[in-house]
Amino acid sequence: MTRRVAVTGIGVIAAPGATRAAFWESLREGRSAIRPMTLVPEGSLRFPNAAEVVDYRASDYMGEKEADLLDRFAQFAWIAAREAVAESGFVVTPGLGARMAVVTGTSTGGQTSEDREFYSLYAKGVSRIHPLTIPRTMANAGTSCIAREYGIGGPCYTVSTACASATHAIGQAYWMVRNGVVDAAIAGGSEAPFSMGFLKAWEAMRIVAPDTCRPFSRDRKGLILGEGAAMLVLEPMEAARARGAKIWGEIAGFGMSSDAYHLTQPLADGAARAMRGALQDAGVDLGAVGYINAHGTGTQANDVTEAQAIREVFGAEKVAVSSTKSMHGHALGAAGALEAAATLMALDQGLIPPTANFTEADPACALDVVPNTARAASIEWALSNSFAFGGLNAVLVFRKADAHAGHGTAV
Amino acid sequence: MSDQLTASVIEVIAKTQHLPAESITLDKTFAELKIDSLDGMNILFAVESEFDISIPDEQAAAIKSVREMVEGIEKLVAAKEAAPLG
Repeated sequence: MTRRVAVTGIGVIAAPGATRAAFWESLREGRSAIRPMTLVPEGSLRFPNAAEVVDYRASDYMGEKEADLLDRFAQFAWIAAREAVAESGFVVTPGLGARMAVVTGTSTGGQTSEDREFYSLYAKGVSRIHPLTIPRTMANAGTSCIAREYGIGGPCYTVSTACASATHAIGQAYWMVRNGVVDAAIAGGSEAPFSMGFLKAWEAMRIVAPDTCRPFSRDRKGLILGEGAAMLVLEPMEAARARGAKIWGEIAGFGMSSDAYHLTQPLADGAARAMRGALQDAGVDLGAVGYINAHGTGTQANDVTEAQAIREVFGAEKVAVSSTKSMHGHALGAAGALEAAATLMALDQGLIPPTANFTEADPACALDVVPNTARAASIEWALSNSFAFGGLNAVLVFRKADAHAGHGTAV
Repeated sequence: MSDQLTASVIEVIAKTQHLPAESITLDKTFAELKIDSLDGMNILFAVESEFDISIPDEQAAAIKSVREMVEGIEKLVAAKEAAPLG
């Protein structure tokens, strides 16, 4: 059994906006959400800026007792899932719940809880650790919370492949729905990387920019960390049409590869193989692809390698490429989900979000990067790239919803 | 360039890279020593601890040889010693 897979719900909480609509409005306007960090003391790091969910209070979204059980990253996962499901109009009946999946990605799980408790232990000399530290820290906390909320009893798990986590998660959920393993899925990723210990570790890697994230720009100085979550509701196309759901777009292909090369240096060949695999899985011609939401971290190594891989795959075909990380930051295990949301919105709205903060072209990244201003374009097919440390790559292919596929004009 | 400082830097590189100290000389580039960007970060971390200095990212990115590293550290150590106390 092979089915087409529709995305009928999108939920987002991230720096550019705490809802799907607010997130898209920022991206559409080319507004970067990179600002001075508030979650750690000023002056404590070499890099002062990040893409935080500013003024986030868990109590705006959930009861205090519920919030106590969850690390910030799992709270984000739950919030995004609730928006996606509510917006989709999808009702999880007990029978359907048993035939549904939840697959989430996260790179580092509940490390803000771990950092806080370990600080008490090592620095303050407190000899006891909070009893919820283990369930708060576990990387699958977001998945478990979403499964409990909706009574989802089928395959539920978490994928952790660093910066490709969410793309791997969405891809696997997509394949399960496509192949009839489940009848619907909630998939995405979440991340909350802002604790002093974790940020210090990033500082030591010397790849975080002291200013901002300028993907593909000649004067780029590195990535900017971000946080948040995005979740998608995936349904078989026929079921989505039958209930008259708003269809944001279709997931049409998924490809994965490993560089089998270096712990941190990317390899164009691995990235190219993941893109080719995804295109082949979708059965789409190169010339039909109008947009690539790039991994585009803004590091020297990624952007050159990714540009090389795109040219290797697309040759002389013209394709617009943008990195929305310039606006929502690099949200690590949530990145692929935020970018999937951005790509689906781009297809639905016929508007390519720009690469913000762009100053000057780099000949080593010779791509059409849609600098600073969104571009109207009627695109039918789009790619979203995610390339992780450790050389693990994942690429999704999205397709614009058919004109007759659904109704509803929510933006 | 002080011999003592050079010897200390070579010792740090040898230790972090698990290389015999004799194989590391001032004129070797990191490429010749098969030191890649990740190894470079490890060395910088060890050097910062050893000499109690902080090497800015941009300066760090420009260091491609043992000599450049020793020269860079020498300047930072001198600047630290010249700084007023308190």
